[in-house]
Amino acid sequence: MDSSAARGATAQDLARKQREISVAEFFEKNRQILGFDSPQRSLATCVKEAVDNSLDACEEAGLLPDIYVEIRRAPGDAANLFRVIVEDNGPGIVAEQVPRVFGKLLYGSHFHVIRQSRGQQGIGISACVLYAQLTTGRPALVLTKTAPDRPASRVELTLDTRRNEARVLRREEASWDRPRGTRVELEVRGAYFTGRRSVPEYLRACAIVNPHARITFLDPEGMEARFDRSSDHLPRLPGESKPHPGGTEMGTLLKMVEHYAGALGEFLQGEFARVGPKTAREIADAAQMDPQMRVGDLTRGQAQRLVESFRRVKLLPPSADSLSPIGEDLMFRGLQKGVTADFISVVTRPPGSHGGHPFIVEVALAYGGAAPREEKVEVLRFANRVPLLYQPGACALTHAVERVHWRPYGLDQSGESLPQGPALLLVHLASTHVPFVSESKDAVADIPEVLAELDLALKQVGRDLKGFLSKRKGIEKRREKEDLIQRILPKLAEKVGGVLQRPPPDTAPVVARIMGNLLLQRDGARLHAANHGEAPRRFHLAARSHQVRKEWDLSLEPGARRTLDFPADHVHVEGLPAEMVTLGRGLAPLDDGKSPRGPVTRVHNPGRREAPAGPTSSSLAPLPRTGATGKRETSPTTLAAFSAEPEKPEEATRP
Amino acid sequence: MSPPKTPRKPASGNGNGKAKKLVGLVELLYSQMEKGEIPSLDVATRTKQNIEYSESSGVWVYGDATSSRSAKTARGALQLLKTTSVVEFLKHQLEVDKSSTLRELYYISENWEDAKFPDQNESDRLIEDLEILVELQREQFHIRSEESGASILGPLEIRERTRRGPKKIHCEDDVGESGYTIPTQVDNIEFLRHDARMVVAIETGGMYDRLVENGFHDDNDAILVHLKGQPSRGTKRLLKRLHGELNLPILVFTDGDPWSYRIFASVAYGSIKGAHLSEYLATPGAKFIGIQPSDIVAYKLPSDKLTDQDIQALKAELTDPRFDTPYWKKEIQLQMDLGRKSEQQSLAKYGLDYVTDTYLPERLQALGALKK
Ligand SMILES: Nc1ncnc2c1ncn2[C@@H]1O[C@H](COP(=O)(O)OP(=O)(O)O)[C@@H](O)[C@H]1O
Ligand SMILES: [Mg+2]
Repeated sequence: MDSSAARGATAQDLARKQREISVAEFFEKNRQILGFDSPQRSLATCVKEAVDNSLDACEEAGLLPDIYVEIRRAPGDAANLFRVIVEDNGPGIVAEQVPRVFGKLLYGSHFHVIRQSRGQQGIGISACVLYAQLTTGRPALVLTKTAPDRPASRVELTLDTRRNEARVLRREEASWDRPRGTRVELEVRGAYFTGRRSVPEYLRACAIVNPHARITFLDPEGMEARFDRSSDHLPRLPGESKPHPGGTEMGTLLKMVEHYAGALGEFLQGEFARVGPKTAREIADAAQMDPQMRVGDLTRGQAQRLVESFRRVKLLPPSADSLSPIGEDLMFRGLQKGVTADFISVVTRPPGSHGGHPFIVEVALAYGGAAPREEKVEVLRFANRVPLLYQPGACALTHAVERVHWRPYGLDQSGESLPQGPALLLVHLASTHVPFVSESKDAVADIPEVLAELDLALKQVGRDLKGFLSKRKGIEKRREKEDLIQRILPKLAEKVGGVLQRPPPDTAPVVARIMGNLLLQRDGARLHAANHGEAPRRFHLAARSHQVRKEWDLSLEPGARRTLDFPADHVHVEGLPAEMVTLGRGLAPLDDGKSPRGPVTRVHNPGRREAPAGPTSSSLAPLPRTGATGKRETSPTTLAAFSAEPEKPEEATRP
Repeated sequence: MSPPKTPRKPASGNGNGKAKKLVGLVELLYSQMEKGEIPSLDVATRTKQNIEYSESSGVWVYGDATSSRSAKTARGALQLLKTTSVVEFLKHQLEVDKSSTLRELYYISENWEDAKFPDQNESDRLIEDLEILVELQREQFHIRSEESGASILGPLEIRERTRRGPKKIHCEDDVGESGYTIPTQVDNIEFLRHDARMVVAIETGGMYDRLVENGFHDDNDAILVHLKGQPSRGTKRLLKRLHGELNLPILVFTDGDPWSYRIFASVAYGSIKGAHLSEYLATPGAKFIGIQPSDIVAYKLPSDKLTDQDIQALKAELTDPRFDTPYWKKEIQLQMDLGRKSEQQSLAKYGLDYVTDTYLPERLQALGALKK
């Protein structure tokens, strides 16, 4: 008996079975790591990958994204088959490229560029095509157009998993009423839900951090949801940057070396960020190598030494130019649009770096409004502007929130867990390399540098919240007092007059004095304005006398008084909350619709928002610099709703 | 805001003048509001930190500290509304010549909505405020208290003006065992004649009855007055008049505990809450018989342990200007050291006659009130 034959295969047998495993085959068997584990999640992943691509493409082309998403039940009886359609107004894709973009895994424009983008590895959309094909056998349908005067091209394709190539089933010219853009249609197996971690949640979160995008969503029931733009400014397109030595691994270095013909010194200076002649020399010295040696002659051992010396030599941190944070202004607008809140505080931290990769942390807190009081706060996590929906418990962005002691800032918390209260937290990490814990890109790893920055940002919004809450308490007290005073004083006047059998005295001047208000009083043919408050008051006064209307811009120091020769009977004050103005006898509120502005709303203006740049209907408008370094330090937080400052930014600048 | 300047002329008997004084307060509020000022009234602060000794009258009166009832706060505004409502009511009461009690006033305020008093303490205090502000006693604007007046028994004949006409009463011959009850309006009494050499004011009913039964008033030509605990204004006023008009020494006989010393102090110097009336009610010449803490030792009296409240009260008395004398400092300190207190009736340890045969004669001798 040949025992070996009984026991198993010989080397020859094995050799017969050994062959290349294509990436596509690999992912076919391991699709969960790409975000296709449950039917619900798979559906969301398809939407996400397509929408990410659309946003990336539009921004790179300098176009304000206008994205249409539709999920439709596939014809037939199967309840778990859906058609996913994502359409954008982006630059389109050159026809010849379509098969590679959609039918080849690990093919894309982002991988070899060091700058922040949503897509990275070039597996996003082709993995979706693959998933569609595996679950329904249906090809992907791509319609794309690159210029208004050129025809669109329509491509039907599947993915040849063996060869990692596209199999084009049909390709034709087509007409499309859009000037340019791309439309992707996939038929997939999935499950449609609303609520947490659903497609609509993902789109809502997307809209919050992309206030420059318009997103329209038609759900399987035919209901349309529209997330409108709250900003006409594209985020600044980050610059590309060279690799920073601190983040360069052995593999990357070897690849860079491969095609380089020159000396080591030049190589270091020319191919890396933050390396000048002096640093190049230091690196070479630390690796005990000659800067003049030819890079092509580098041995593995030398390369190893070089990577080690990268870590030892002191380097400037990587530049943040390749990053595109959302910015405080746009975060504010996104939240203002997306949630109801009494108060919003936003922080964009100065850049930091982890392992040679620059990063910026951003945090926003929206408090009050319709947020539930008794529940844990909602934490919206984002990495490079992409909402993270899964594995919150494994994510550094969640951990950082849990590690802050929120009680002193006015939120309940039990132990090291998410705080509780009517608040929503937005946490964003922007980096040329987001350190995800796994390939499914659900959770950010606990990198100490990132956690430290998050902590600072969270505490900053915490302090703002505390300030807001204590101010609001003061306001509530004031209002309570005013209510009482407004009830009691007229009664007192009535009673005092009654006892003396005289007309009751006008209580307005007394109320103004007690509450520290601005008092407007008619006195014969004149109108008096007196500031009884403790702060100077600047305001715009509109008054009417019969049919004559007049307006003034006034500024009154505490205790000061102005007399205007105008026998007003109706008045209106702009720039002060209504409860800070008291009208004397014979004056009525002016409400003729001609008032330049409505009442001041109580929305917190964090004060460090940037004023938007001029009219912006065109996508060619200069990109505003949003969110940048050090801004936080230069502009103090003010609570506009409770100072006399009006709400809208253009009003704030009025002299 | 300076305190209101109310005319200082003496209270006239006619309701109109008193009403005018009250209405003066309202006029002040009116003119403040008319000028756009925050209406406010300043009233003397009624705490022990703000009572001071008046050299001229020998009693404790309010110092210069004032508290303001100002509409600056919602509470203050409400207080002024209540004040005005009370004035309106009093004005009407004076116009129709009716009177009401403190308790009735409190109930009347039920209909005043926001100006309604939450409890009688507050309406009582407001009446005291008004007394200070317009320098009238509440009786003068026809507000009485419920408390019944003192019982008095002894060789004194009086005439009382009653609604049924004047009545002549001898306080020993014309009365029963418990004596004559003094009306709330003590100034309606006229002293006709007397054979007394002293007035003994007694805290407890038990001891008052004992002295009557033992014939102390007869043997010593004494007028006995039952204080009934903390004496009413009427009782204090009576004692002051007996002292002032008949030149009789006033001797106060109480239990030996901190609360009883306060009874004595309010007879002799006036009370903290009523210092605005001191000159009308206090009898600076009144003397304290006992029970003194030193009596507990000297007479080996049965005694009880001081409670925590007793000790707190004694400590408070050490900082009370009315007890700021060497005598009181020594006695209070002694009591704190002893940690004990004794009642008047503990003298019964030595028999029922001991108080009249031994204790009182010894104490009166010591006070120089008994010359035998
Ligand atoms: N809607 C689109 N408009 C223009 N270009 C697109 C669009 N979708 C994808 N692309 C291009 O196809 C490439 C591959 O996309 P994908 O497989 O999702 O990889 P990744 O986004 O990681 O780069 C992208 O890098 C981009 O260049
Ligand atoms: Mg992608």
